[in-house]
Amino acid sequence: MPERTLTYTEAIREATAQAMMNDPAVVVLGLGVTDHRAIYGTTQGLIERFGRERVMETPLAEDGMTGVAIGAALAGLRPIHVHIRMDFVLLAMNQLVNIAAKSRYMFGGTVSVPLVVRAVIGRSWGQGAQHSQALHALFMHVPGLRVVAPTTPYDAKGCLLECLHADGPVVFVEHRMLHGVRGEVPAEQFRVPFGRARVLAEGSDVTMVGISHMALECMRARMLLNGAGVRAEVIDPRSLAPLDIDTIAASAARTKRLLVVDTGWTSCGASAEIAMQVVERVGAIKVARLGFAPVPCPTAPALEEHFYPNARRIAAAAHALADGNRDWVPEQADAPEVKDFRGPF
Amino acid sequence: MHAQLYRSLYRIRRVEEEIARVYPTDAIKSPVHLSIGQEAVSVGVCAALEKGDVVFGTYRSHALYLAKGGDLRAMIAELYGKSTGCAHGKGGSMHLIDPRAGVMGASAVVGTTIPQAVGYAWALKLRREPALVVSMFGDGAIEEGVFHESLNFAVLHRLPVLFVCENNFYAIHSHLRERQAMRSIAEFARGYGLPSELVDDGGVESILEAAKRATAAIRRGEGPQFLECFTYRWREHVGPGEDFDAGYRDRAEATPWIDFDPVVREAARLDATERQAIETAVDAEVADAFAFADTSPAPEPAALWTDV
Repeated sequence: MPERTLTYTEAIREATAQAMMNDPAVVVLGLGVTDHRAIYGTTQGLIERFGRERVMETPLAEDGMTGVAIGAALAGLRPIHVHIRMDFVLLAMNQLVNIAAKSRYMFGGTVSVPLVVRAVIGRSWGQGAQHSQALHALFMHVPGLRVVAPTTPYDAKGCLLECLHADGPVVFVEHRMLHGVRGEVPAEQFRVPFGRARVLAEGSDVTMVGISHMALECMRARMLLNGAGVRAEVIDPRSLAPLDIDTIAASAARTKRLLVVDTGWTSCGASAEIAMQVVERVGAIKVARLGFAPVPCPTAPALEEHFYPNARRIAAAAHALADGNRDWVPEQADAPEVKDFRGPF
Repeated sequence: MHAQLYRSLYRIRRVEEEIARVYPTDAIKSPVHLSIGQEAVSVGVCAALEKGDVVFGTYRSHALYLAKGGDLRAMIAELYGKSTGCAHGKGGSMHLIDPRAGVMGASAVVGTTIPQAVGYAWALKLRREPALVVSMFGDGAIEEGVFHESLNFAVLHRLPVLFVCENNFYAIHSHLRERQAMRSIAEFARGYGLPSELVDDGGVESILEAAKRATAAIRRGEGPQFLECFTYRWREHVGPGEDFDAGYRDRAEATPWIDFDPVVREAARLDATERQAIETAVDAEVADAFAFADTSPAPEPAALWTDV
């Protein structure tokens, strides 16, 4: 039987629709969830199936609407609050950090806030400083928030369904470049548990951890490294809080070399956290990190291409870790989802 | 009705006077924001509510919690940091909660529970449940952006929520006239299309009557309503004492409010026997709650890690 494939967008849409079918408490709200663009297609058709009460357009009030979603969650609903850009979630930090993350603990377990915040990160083309940020590390910092950043369509569906069964708030991070990526996704409902990484490919010379879109770039870098005789293991954490440090540390303990590649800044970032936790576990190994250049994101393509890590830079960094040779620079490996992207969104 | 109102007013006053009396012993190692002087707002509003209705308050919520039927023993134990507290010692005075009584958790950040009250009301509307939600906040919350975001959404969706602004004229030590350009909060709310009423005499009966009108309108499906109640905080912003010598206000400003004490006024409406019976019962209940808190165990260290 041929495998069933969906795009990442379709996987999110299918998970949402199946959850809404199963559980009348699941509702979707956000600016743009009902328009013709439908959050890059992820909410397309939901309003026809579930109506305007359960698929609700919101005012431009991120803080207030996050509070509304929390209040609804306290009353027993399971809201999915969608932000077309993570940059806008900054306006909701008070509700997320002071209320959503703390309610269960601060109120002695008498209430829970089963809220899912979907936040789109990353480049498309020229989105610039305020439409491209990946601030997942801010959320990872706060106890009481879970953070997932699935890479494959399979994991997008499984993680979203897991979020919709969780007893507390989850930030669901989705990279714009992943929406069109196609992969195998079962039709039935399934869940990818929190805190369980996925080993995308095995290798013995270096461990590469790629977050979100960077997991794809790490896989391309692995091909380049193969050509140079370096065998790289690639791990997709999928869940950033809680982190599956067992899987990552076990791999790093074997390869003795760890490269963490984030689709975000490195300073105080997810890559810093992962690298430190691994070192605490396994002791002195060779560690390196890659992420956004430590500047706001520029819009000019000539600058943007140096802002984001890519397969070539990842391979070069891994190669340097593996044999100390810093001069090896591989050929470029195309990222079709980046190269073929057409805006404006 | 007078007996019920007096019992509630007297009970809150006695509880908070006892908190103030105990505070210097350090049995309560956490901030307390006393409602003394402001009890009539919570008592009047809650007397207009049904058991299934829900309230969201602020860090100054002792009165609201008790008026809505929150468990007294669990409240005092929470202040004492005991495992028997309403939040098992993890919330304290600023985060009182009793979901069984319809008291949702209070927040220490001004204005933050307003959208939650609205969201709760939205969920009630989606599920076609008949209950309503009260959002209580102070005059300071009017200045927060989320207040405006919440009102807009509540009106847009005609949600069953009563907004109650407890206007005591001060945000910590800063007077309203230093903070707000608009003349009247109640009038300002009308700008959002909210039916809005001001009760300016601080009397529990006027507040109850206004709350009855507002809740009746909500139950008829007329959407959110707004109530502004003038009131006055007798004690310092945080802590058990008075602060009329601190320089930001003086006792002369408080005097009319203290002379018009709703607790005293309601007491005067009862005959001596009835009043005595209420006070005796409440005094015993308060003593029992403090003894319960005092003798309750502290949380086990393992509790640090639970319910994250």
